Amino acid sequence: MKRGRTGLKSICQTFPSHEEKVKRQKWAPSSFSLTPMQDWGNLPHHIILQIFQHLSLVDRARASSVCRCWNDVFHTPDLWRRFEFELNQPATSYLRSTHPDLIQQIIKKHAQHLQYVSFKVDSCTESAEAACDILSQLVNCTIKTLGLISTARPSFMDVSQAHFVSALTVVFVNSKSLSSIKIDDTPVDDPSLKVLVANNSDTLKLLKMSSCPHVSPAGILCVADQCHGLRELALNYHLLSDELLLALSTEKHVHLEHLRIDVVSENPGQTHFHTIKRSSWEALVRHSPKVNIVMYFFLYEEEFEPFFCEETPVTHLYFGRAVSKEMLGRIGLNCPRLVELVVCANGLEPLDEELIRIAQRCKSLTAIGLGECEVTCSGFVEFVKMCGGRLTQLSIMEEVLIPDSSYNLEQIHSEVSKHLGRMWFPDMMPTW
Amino acid sequence: QKALFCISHAAESAIMVVNSVHWFRKCLRLHDNPALQEALNGADTVRCVYILDPWFAGAANVGINRWRFLLEALEDLDNSLKKLNSRLFVVRGQPTEVFPRLFKEWNVTRLTFEYDPEPYGKERDGAIIKMAQEFGVEAVIRNSHTLYNLDRIIEMNNNSPPLTFKRFQTIVSRLELPRRPLPPITRQQMDKCHTQIGENHDLLYSIPSLEELGFRTEDLSPAVWRGGESEALDRLNKHLDKKVWVANLEHPRVNTCSLYASPTGLSPYLRFGCLSCRVLYYNLRELYMKLRKRCSPPLSLFGQLLWREFFYTAATNNPNFDRMEGNPICVQIPWDQNPEALAKWAEGRTGFPWIDAIMTQLRQEGWIHHLARHAVACFLTRGDLWISWESGMKVFEELLLDADWSVNAGSWMWLSCSAFFQQFFHCYCPVGFGRRTDPSGDYIRRYIPILKDYPNRYIYEPWNAPESLQKAANCVVGVDYPKPMINHAEGSRLNIERMKQVYQQLSHYRGLSLLASVPTIQEEAEPPMTDESQTSSGPGRRRPD
Repeated sequence: MKRGRTGLKSICQTFPSHEEKVKRQKWAPSSFSLTPMQDWGNLPHHIILQIFQHLSLVDRARASSVCRCWNDVFHTPDLWRRFEFELNQPATSYLRSTHPDLIQQIIKKHAQHLQYVSFKVDSCTESAEAACDILSQLVNCTIKTLGLISTARPSFMDVSQAHFVSALTVVFVNSKSLSSIKIDDTPVDDPSLKVLVANNSDTLKLLKMSSCPHVSPAGILCVADQCHGLRELALNYHLLSDELLLALSTEKHVHLEHLRIDVVSENPGQTHFHTIKRSSWEALVRHSPKVNIVMYFFLYEEEFEPFFCEETPVTHLYFGRAVSKEMLGRIGLNCPRLVELVVCANGLEPLDEELIRIAQRCKSLTAIGLGECEVTCSGFVEFVKMCGGRLTQLSIMEEVLIPDSSYNLEQIHSEVSKHLGRMWFPDMMPTW
Repeated sequence: QKALFCISHAAESAIMVVNSVHWFRKCLRLHDNPALQEALNGADTVRCVYILDPWFAGAANVGINRWRFLLEALEDLDNSLKKLNSRLFVVRGQPTEVFPRLFKEWNVTRLTFEYDPEPYGKERDGAIIKMAQEFGVEAVIRNSHTLYNLDRIIEMNNNSPPLTFKRFQTIVSRLELPRRPLPPITRQQMDKCHTQIGENHDLLYSIPSLEELGFRTEDLSPAVWRGGESEALDRLNKHLDKKVWVANLEHPRVNTCSLYASPTGLSPYLRFGCLSCRVLYYNLRELYMKLRKRCSPPLSLFGQLLWREFFYTAATNNPNFDRMEGNPICVQIPWDQNPEALAKWAEGRTGFPWIDAIMTQLRQEGWIHHLARHAVACFLTRGDLWISWESGMKVFEELLLDADWSVNAGSWMWLSCSAFFQQFFHCYCPVGFGRRTDPSGDYIRRYIPILKDYPNRYIYEPWNAPESLQKAANCVVGVDYPKPMINHAEGSRLNIERMKQVYQQLSHYRGLSLLASVPTIQEEAEPPMTDESQTSSGPGRRRPD
């Protein structure tokens, strides 16, 4: 500390007196008077706090063992509003883990300060169980944001359902002001959602629960019915119903901003997907004209039958597997609100017609991504011409573009760049 | 007294002998070898050495095909040198202990070798150059492994390597052409220097056998890719003939045939230096100019060579290029650690015939087509298994004949969307992609013979075939062939979320667009100076928001 003292001394000697006066006017007269022999340890709390806010957790923790004053500041409630618990086992992950001692300290001293909490776990069940144990102990808390995130395999699904649900409901019951919850890929069930609703219906704004197989359409309907402030919702298609869309569109309900729907196949040809009535979609859009509807499809080609037969107000569409030419044709016809289209794979027939129809009918389209498809260069140029500068994201794998009599691969990039009004190249993959 | 001193000094220089040693590492060839030319230049004696540590061989991550290729290349060098009245000296040991011994024993005054731009190579060579200085040995190094001087490319890009291929191409297009290749060393050149070959040469300096390196060779099938400069030059001629015949110097569309090892394939020969990249470059260039009567060929003609150059440039100043942690250009992704899953992938036991066939071909032959590489790399990393690209890179390093350190690491980072600003939405399906590439299924039948009686409809997804059909084909899934190790739809769904999580944290992007979550480098690239740019009105310069 001797070195520190000398440093502070030299800084004080170069402090222009004018600034000192200004500072005195800013702070309360009693709290600030820096004499040349001042100790680092006696700096005002709010200054140490400001400095600590710039430090990483590890550095802050180290600083906290310097002296009692700094240790007090380390435990200021303001520094514990936000915390991300990282729970990883060395055998399954490269990532570090939050130190168990720190976890204990947080539970003991700061549970009541936590407001924005997330848990990141690796693919080991032990990590997910550790997260549940911590959750169970957050009794006197007023958590606003809760995120349960698996960074690799969904290890929360391997925890016993009873253990998971009881841990989660501790937070649901005690927080009473939950606003944002991310519980994708967890074994959450209908009864826990009821508990959530019973305690947080006034404050809930965001609920992300994609791939939660133990929830039923009735369970999520209960949430939509009671939580009128819900703005963002993410779930799987099997939970989507006409009733749900209507519940989200009642007068009491705020405008919905973001609805994400995952459509995932169980086994080829064995899942039958229900259709949503056009009138339900229309009700939703009437109530929330700016709503973004994001759909992620992971289906086999033959399972697409029930979709896009009628006008569907989807804005962001992602096809994670092959999607047929016919389906892309339907999208051009029935998705006027489309903003982004991403196609992982198609087949060996050119999609020129389908793309041109999309350019004509989807006037809001600004982003498109194509992989493993085929489009002739002329067709592609036509598409880009029709869309013009509104395409801000154009991600096309090089192999997609088929040279024809009008353009070869050399010429396509300058032609497309011309119509876009900026430099553009297809996405490339290394060849060797 | 002063006069005496001068005379004796003059006498000394009159009897000053130049004894050269040329050190082969890569660049296993006698054509376009400027460092070797320097060894011969004005030398009294010359010896060509290759340093090899058989004890270390067992521990290194190098498979039998790679060793065999190298030994064949050394043998070819030895044969070529024999024709010039010389020999190859294969010295056993490590360079740091071998050179002091040789410097003394052979009275070496000059050491020559080709410049190695890879970080590990630069470090090793730095130590050797210092040691040479201490022994009073002149060290002469020449660049011939890459087309260009990589430091120059970096300099022209504001002192950092280009991180997009397009940017790289733009910079390269502004450079002068690569230095012309030198002709092979001649008998006349060699006659001026002498190589002293002892009686015990074959005892001390012979090329080791695979057995000596610790490999068992009873069941080894003949090499599909024969190592050596002679084979390389022979293939070059065939490669050029094929281009003329096809009359199309652009990338051909991939078909089933491309999947099999081509008799005109050149990548392993470029990697080991059996073929000079400049020789290939100039041959392609001259062929194009002859056929097309144009001023200059487009950069896409040299695709393969430029990708190689791109990765070498990206890696040359980055010793951590081959790992995620501590690598400034690599996105830190929370990959899973799963040795069992990794082994299934490496050994071709995933239960997905397309993946297994590719990994089988790789292990048996040492080469797979680049689309096949994309398929298995995607499957291991961001597509299905969510295992680190570093593990995949190590398997390729062991098995793949053309895996340069830089190119292998760089390609794995590229394919796993860990670097170079790659969009991650595009995921190769281990069933669909295979079926589209080879609808006939013959590739599967060739490398996974147990599946040969499956009809095309089910050969890419045998687990979906009815039990009766599986029995009729004499291959029941779960018994004779593994069940699929993962549900692809589920796996890819999870993984796209993971990638999105990583990229959203990286770029603080909070929007809904999947495509926009990957940050892009604003390209300051100017349009390439081709003829086309003169006919079109030219692209505007407005940047996207």
